[in-house]
Amino acid sequence: MDDIYDAIIVGAGLAGSAAAIKLAQQGLEVVLIERGPYPGSKNLSGGVLYGRVLNDLIPNYWEEAPIERYITNQVVTFMTEDASFNIDFKTQKFNTPPYNGFSVLRAKFDRWLAEKAEANGTMLVPGIRVDHLIQKESRVVGIVAGDEQMYAKVVIAADGANSFLAQEAGLHQRIPTKHLAVGVKELIGLPRETIEERFHLTGNEGAAYGIVGFATHGVPGGAFLYTNQESISIGIVMHINETVRTKTRPADVIESFLAHPMIAPLIKDGKLLEYGAHLIPEGGLEMMPKLFTSGMLVVGDAAGLSVNNGFVVRGMDLALGSGIAAAEAVLEAKEKNDFSAESLSMYQKKLESSFVLKDMNTYAGAPYFMKRSRLYDSYPDFLTRMMTEIYLQESMPKDHILSSAMKSLKKSGISLIDLAKDGLGVRNL
Amino acid sequence: MNRMSVAEKLSINKYELDEGMPHIEVNNEICQAICEDKACLFVCPANVYSEQDGKIVADWAGCLECGACKAACSAEALVWSYPRGGFGIIYRNG
Repeated sequence: MDDIYDAIIVGAGLAGSAAAIKLAQQGLEVVLIERGPYPGSKNLSGGVLYGRVLNDLIPNYWEEAPIERYITNQVVTFMTEDASFNIDFKTQKFNTPPYNGFSVLRAKFDRWLAEKAEANGTMLVPGIRVDHLIQKESRVVGIVAGDEQMYAKVVIAADGANSFLAQEAGLHQRIPTKHLAVGVKELIGLPRETIEERFHLTGNEGAAYGIVGFATHGVPGGAFLYTNQESISIGIVMHINETVRTKTRPADVIESFLAHPMIAPLIKDGKLLEYGAHLIPEGGLEMMPKLFTSGMLVVGDAAGLSVNNGFVVRGMDLALGSGIAAAEAVLEAKEKNDFSAESLSMYQKKLESSFVLKDMNTYAGAPYFMKRSRLYDSYPDFLTRMMTEIYLQESMPKDHILSSAMKSLKKSGISLIDLAKDGLGVRNL
Repeated sequence: MNRMSVAEKLSINKYELDEGMPHIEVNNEICQAICEDKACLFVCPANVYSEQDGKIVADWAGCLECGACKAACSAEALVWSYPRGGFGIIYRNG
């Protein structure tokens, strides 16, 4: 009989490495398998890592983690073809430990986190693709990778948004395209001083933009931009069902977004360093698979964990939180020597009592609201039209501001009923 | 900046090519029988798919492994897996 490990974790992203750290710290025998040649080599960040939970995992993480910039400037932009309207928030409160959020480059960050897992005794195995689960009497008992078989008391599927393992275990079926988005991102290199001048940043401060409207040619989703030390991560996110329905090409959309008059000067003279794409789970609670079965747990993107309320787009902190919750459940299962579905259901309970599922519940209605097309065409049009009306000085007498607003609303095709409906919809955010 | 074609963008990336081991197969019989929208031709950010002599062809070497094509293919005509361990796109920054 082969060795039986306590846990095999598939995928050395944030969820997988977080689980590995917690388990290895308690002396469990953990194997962390990564299909890329090193952790992070298959991963892309599309936003800000809201890092409080990281401090629970690695106290004072900022003293050693490869962080790009601490986000002190958060901007939401409503964009039309030739105009933009920003909500721009800056605070120095986000620039002191324990930092609120920061930008990362996953090839560096994930590698660092997996090294922490290794330092705690995890056996990290990169460059290996897990092909299948081994199941016996409807219990997951191990994995197959090429000619190799490995056995464990529990398998933790941290294999990303495409999670083949969760599907193989029957935890979810084919995910409907309305719950999935494709993210396309460019990493654009610029000198540190240029970034700091263009974005009004000092030292390690950083800026993060969320952009809706023309950025995606009206397809639900949005665009993002955030500053790294010496590069800018910039890209688009498009819901797959609407991308297909409107026959829109994400590869073209990112081009026209980068050429937008608001964006082009920010990346001028920059050098493309990398071009990437990734699948994003956007369906919230509705797309969430069953998270456990006998001998297996699902964490991170594989579990469909994400929150997007228009202002804040989260996934990485939820991944860390789910990895920690999974490890706690496995530790209790190990204590009882019971890895049945019933015993592992503790994972669900832990997630429900942690910020992970509490926040997913709070924003349960957000995916519906965020799909409304008015957010992507009518409202950017209305806001920029109204601001144009307010600032435009022609040789005609001006209206009161409220009257300008009402006229702009009408011209943008938004009825008062729409406005009321969306006003109520905002409660979901 | 000087805007670039998708092919030029991909050429900047680092790949470890698994020669002779395609990780994408297109079942053109299904495509021809039931596919109407040919979503793979436009949804892929890496322009992996093209139509040649009425058949869908996957130039899989440039694949970014996102899986958008598989999700978008309602005909389920794509046999799509990740490349073998260590192969495929290798993000240096991410």
